[in-house]
Amino acid sequence: MKICVLIKQVPSSDALIKLNNDSTWIKEDTVVFAINESDSFALEEALQIKEQTGEGEVVVVSLGPDRVQRAIREALAKGADRGIRIKESFPYSSDPFEIASLFAAAIKDDKFDLILSGLQSDDLGSGQTGVILGELLGMSTATLVVETKLSGESIRVKRELESGWFQWVTMPLPASITIQSGINSPRYASLKGIMSAKKKEIRLIEKKELSGSIPSLQSIEHVYFPQKTKRTEMIEGSVDQVVEKLTEIIQRNY
Amino acid sequence: MSQFMGTDYFDLESLLSEDELAIQNMVYDFVRKEFMPLIHEHHQNETFPVGIVQKLGELGLLGANLPQEYGSAGVTDVAYGLIMHELERGDSGLRSFASVQGSLVMYPIWRYGSKEQKEKWLPKLASGEAIGCFGLTEPDYGSNPSGMIARARRQGDSYILNGTKMWITNGTLADLSLVWAKDENDIVRGFLVEKGTPGFTAQKMTGKLSLRVSDTAELILGDCRIPAENVLPGIEGMKGPLSCLTQARYGISWGVIGAAMACYEIALQYAKDRVQFDKPIGAYQLTQKKLVEMVTEITKAQLMAIQLGRLKEKGKMRHQQVSMAKMSNVAMARDVARTAREILGANGIMEDYHVMRHMMNLETVYTYEGTHEINTLVVGSDITGLDAFQ
Ligand SMILES: Cc1cc2nc3c(=O)[nH]c(=O)nc-3n(C[C@H](O)[C@H](O)[C@H](O)COP(=O)(O)OP(=O)(O)OC[C@H]3O[C@@H](n4cnc5c(N)ncnc54)[C@H](O)[C@@H]3O)c2cc1C
Repeated sequence: MKICVLIKQVPSSDALIKLNNDSTWIKEDTVVFAINESDSFALEEALQIKEQTGEGEVVVVSLGPDRVQRAIREALAKGADRGIRIKESFPYSSDPFEIASLFAAAIKDDKFDLILSGLQSDDLGSGQTGVILGELLGMSTATLVVETKLSGESIRVKRELESGWFQWVTMPLPASITIQSGINSPRYASLKGIMSAKKKEIRLIEKKELSGSIPSLQSIEHVYFPQKTKRTEMIEGSVDQVVEKLTEIIQRNY
Repeated sequence: MSQFMGTDYFDLESLLSEDELAIQNMVYDFVRKEFMPLIHEHHQNETFPVGIVQKLGELGLLGANLPQEYGSAGVTDVAYGLIMHELERGDSGLRSFASVQGSLVMYPIWRYGSKEQKEKWLPKLASGEAIGCFGLTEPDYGSNPSGMIARARRQGDSYILNGTKMWITNGTLADLSLVWAKDENDIVRGFLVEKGTPGFTAQKMTGKLSLRVSDTAELILGDCRIPAENVLPGIEGMKGPLSCLTQARYGISWGVIGAAMACYEIALQYAKDRVQFDKPIGAYQLTQKKLVEMVTEITKAQLMAIQLGRLKEKGKMRHQQVSMAKMSNVAMARDVARTAREILGANGIMEDYHVMRHMMNLETVYTYEGTHEINTLVVGSDITGLDAFQ
């Protein structure tokens, strides 16, 4: 079983975010970056599948600047076998179609049986990369997966739907699946894992080498903090008057 | 981007390797997610969360700086220090567990043990399958352990041990107790006593207001017979236990920075959030002075610890330097914890805010592994050439 895990490095959830001078991205120098949360569940799922089947390899793939090397190393320390990094510099690709196309170009020859990714990134949150990549490589796809069961040439997955509903889907391999956080308990890298990660291969590919025919359909114009608006209106009068006024406000706003 | 998880005013990060940073990050994460949710329950009940031991072992955090030959991870001494830092950022009790296991039990077995002793115990202690304790202190001999009463009498293929050890961390949990006792020639030697050996009992000491998340016990040896091959063959005299203490003190000098950092970061955040007289209390000069002194002292301690670690890695560390770092850094952490408690006002005494737990813990750390005073006198003797206490 050859498994690819897409890993994105994002600002950690408790990072103090500041914007860069022209408000096109965040200031990176003081921010602590971490592996995107649902990606670490995807990685754990891949490692467990490899352990169950007792063969194959787990390859982590990431796109990003040099700092991303650390995210890949962390995944290698946890047990992934090798890494592939598409090297880019600022301004970074933010278009899921472009990103998925870059990944497709980088990994098409690896002929993975399974691609696992997080259901969405904690920074941009498009939630599309894994699905588009699957489509580009002619794979079956499923999103929001909370359980996987591998059997022979197919995989059965449990998808989370709305309102507490779930759906089981059986799909042929190869498949690209996006994983929901909480599906397993991600392991910590052991000290031996950390120390042996250095010896594992990380293949570097320049984005330029891949991007020739790939269009970027989307770019970031401007980032800003959500405006905090808080208005308090005191409603006075009898209960009937208050209810009437409340209904009116609710109707006006929704 | 920064990678050191925590306060780093003088770019300590640039003095650390990629591996060391990755290890610090991992242990930080581990303690936050696996240990901190347990802390209040165990603090209230005066118990140690034994379930965490195996996890520590799986990750390689027990005796991590010993060579890989017997199952340890073989990390640098600085990485070992960072592990202690992160464990103690959770609680001094957690770090104490690891210090005793790694520095006071695994280290002497690795350094002074027979091949059989090493093969039998080191892999199990490294993986957390077995827990160890170190029995040196006695009811009447604390700072002056060389006066110990515990005795070992040779009888054929056995030693018969008699004596009482007190304040022994991990005592009731231990599968293996390393007990220091004098033989018939009045020479201190180390004896490995296995759990369940007739004549050996460990009794939990309760009522501690400090280091509550740690098992502390009294060990009683009454005609306790152990096989003669359970003596550590490679060492005689007080330099045996003292060399172990040097290892443990080294870990403490890193560990307490973690406790101080936890307190400082909580106090800093609190000072920015808490508004009195229409301004955050952090906007007042008195509070700023406190915070600045805290971060300054933490920074000095970090720089002392990293240099000590690099000296240790080169084999150039002197035990007097370790005494200085233990003495200085623990006193620093104790002050920082107390000041943090002040800044938090009434909330400072609540368990949810953690600082008072650290503050109380550090009272133990101030006293064990050579009290502040004894470590001071070690340095005093070193610089003057005049011994004040022996
Ligand atoms: C929670 C906890 C866990 C512990 N764990 C262990 C363990 O695992 N194994 C173990 O063997 N021990 C352990 N200890 C014991 C610890 O090492 C001793 O408490 C310590 O060595 C001090 O001994 P004492 O308490 O008898 O104090 P004392 O030696 O009686 O000292 C009392 C005071 O007198 C001062 N003093 C003593 N002599 C001098 C002098 N010559 N000059 C100036 N001042 C002096 C001391 O600094 C101290 O302030 C632990 C203690 C605690 C509290």
